[in-house]
Amino acid sequence: MDAKNSTSKLSTSTWAGWLMAAPAFVLISLFVVIPFFFAFGLSFTNQRLISPNPTEYVGMSNFKQLLGVGVLTLEPVVDAATKTPVLDAEGKPTYPTLRSITRNNPKFPQYAGMRDLFSFFWGENQIVVLAQDTLFIKALFNTFIFVILVAPIQGALALCLALMINQKLPGINIFRTIYFMPVVVSIVVVALLWRFIYDGNNGLLNTLLGFLSFGLFEPVDWLGQPSTALGSIIAMSIWQAVGFHMVIWLSGLQTIPATLYEAADIEGASSWQKFSYITWPGLRNTAVLVLIVITMQAFSLFAQVDVMTSGGPVDSTQTVVYQAVQRGYVKQDIAGGSTISVILFLIVLSISLIQRYLTREKN
Amino acid sequence: MSQAPTERTPSGTFWRYALLTVVALIFCFPLVFMLVSSLKPDLQLLTDTGSIRAFLPVGDISLDNYAAAFKRAPVALFIFNSVLVTSVTVLLSLFVCSMGAFAFVFLNWTGRNVIFAMIVATLIVPFETIAIPMLLIVNNLPWIGTDGFTVGWLNSYHVQIVPFIADGLTIFLFVQYFKDLPRELIEAARIEGASWFQVYYKVIMPLSGPVLATAAILKFLAMYNQYLWPLMVTQAEQYRPVMVGLQYFFQLNRAWGEIMAYLSMITVPVLIFYLLLQRAFIASIASTGVKG
Repeated sequence: MDAKNSTSKLSTSTWAGWLMAAPAFVLISLFVVIPFFFAFGLSFTNQRLISPNPTEYVGMSNFKQLLGVGVLTLEPVVDAATKTPVLDAEGKPTYPTLRSITRNNPKFPQYAGMRDLFSFFWGENQIVVLAQDTLFIKALFNTFIFVILVAPIQGALALCLALMINQKLPGINIFRTIYFMPVVVSIVVVALLWRFIYDGNNGLLNTLLGFLSFGLFEPVDWLGQPSTALGSIIAMSIWQAVGFHMVIWLSGLQTIPATLYEAADIEGASSWQKFSYITWPGLRNTAVLVLIVITMQAFSLFAQVDVMTSGGPVDSTQTVVYQAVQRGYVKQDIAGGSTISVILFLIVLSISLIQRYLTREKN
Repeated sequence: MSQAPTERTPSGTFWRYALLTVVALIFCFPLVFMLVSSLKPDLQLLTDTGSIRAFLPVGDISLDNYAAAFKRAPVALFIFNSVLVTSVTVLLSLFVCSMGAFAFVFLNWTGRNVIFAMIVATLIVPFETIAIPMLLIVNNLPWIGTDGFTVGWLNSYHVQIVPFIADGLTIFLFVQYFKDLPRELIEAARIEGASWFQVYYKVIMPLSGPVLATAAILKFLAMYNQYLWPLMVTQAEQYRPVMVGLQYFFQLNRAWGEIMAYLSMITVPVLIFYLLLQRAFIASIASTGVKG
């Protein structure tokens, strides 16, 4: 803290300092720091919200249960007598059933209790990816997809909006006010409204697309199909939050000295040259901030899913926080929920460290 | 601002406004749809989504949905709960966080740097990652209230207020602002014999209008729109805020007109508040951007 040097002139007053900082310190300790370390502690136990049995230390088993994955290569079944592959009715090779390996098979203890996540063929062999908790792995996967799509798209759209709003036009503030408006509306309200937009029968989006294509467009049940549900939530989330990051970009744009643009005008620079040589380099720190903030917000995806799809259809919109709430709150499995929270925190922390490292000042 | 092109043709200006307007429509239309639909009977509401009528207050327009929403759910109670929880949290937060920031910036005390570092570190902990263990903690905390001594905070106002009074971001905003205030003022007040609390309350607070507005707006938005935490801690209807009260409208027969009326009632006051104070709202978000 740079205030240190200048305060040395001030009288040191430890009791007054402690007294005035105490309420904030106690509250943050009790409601942020302790729950944070508590989450780590609980993730090694079998704690439930209310339980007749005493809490026990269970080591890493919660983490193994959630994150356990395995890859299994299945070779075609070969007839022991003839040494030829056993073919099915359609003349295709057959493979051993997964159940024969994951249920009570002493030869493969590492796959015990796992279920298949997906599988593909590699030559004659079938490669099966298994997971101990397929639901959580799907939730983890969906959350990553959400972040990977939302972070760049929302950041770029927010920058476009900021550049549009940064023009000198009469009445431009009216547009800034409108673009920011969804930010003050609760995501719960927004998600409910967008259910009408995405509705499969008579939804506003289907109506609009039908109108634009002169009736050629076949209505889609946007939230009811595994292939479109997550994308629909992504589009809506961007719509709601893009104004927030537009404002952060705008405040970054306003730190760029006007004289740079004047000099570029005198030199006859094009708009693109001005953007790539003046604007973008000047927004470096803002870009890092926007990226980190969007990433942190995107990993917390919960309300949209809870209101719009409850994780479905076919688990295509399950997310990490949704799973944490399902287990920690709905099933009162505090240990399971805490373990998911710890995994989420470690992901968010490592991603923001990687982002900071990749975008560090190179000099 | 500086990026105004030096020359501009009338048609260029037209296209600029056209683009700005199209984008503005994209940001407006769900909210227009909400307000307009809240005035329509269910059947018309659902057929109107098939045409531009979805955004027009046409057909059988009335306030019946609003009356029906009040009959179906304790709407006034939900709004009262939200206003109470939000305003009490904002006021306590401004006091606790500004006083803490005062101690960090203007006072020299043992442990200051360690505690400040701890508070800054909490900025990278998303609330979602501590919500579940916090549920266990509040379920075991004691409280002395009108019912005497009780254990367990679930289903109460304080479970929605106390955990959110102090937060790293608010303290950080005050610290940033206080650093730029002239120190001579404080020294002068101390020489005149003012206590530290008097310096904070009578010298610093009157100078802190802009940062108080920023912190209040950010806290207001976060608290009023909160969903995950009240969902977990208010099973009893009596203490539910507006966002959780919404569940009421999804039980039994769903009436979309009433839902739209309810959504309008809980959203329009915030929108009006925003439109009146839009400069302060936008400045408050922008000021969170300086922390990078």
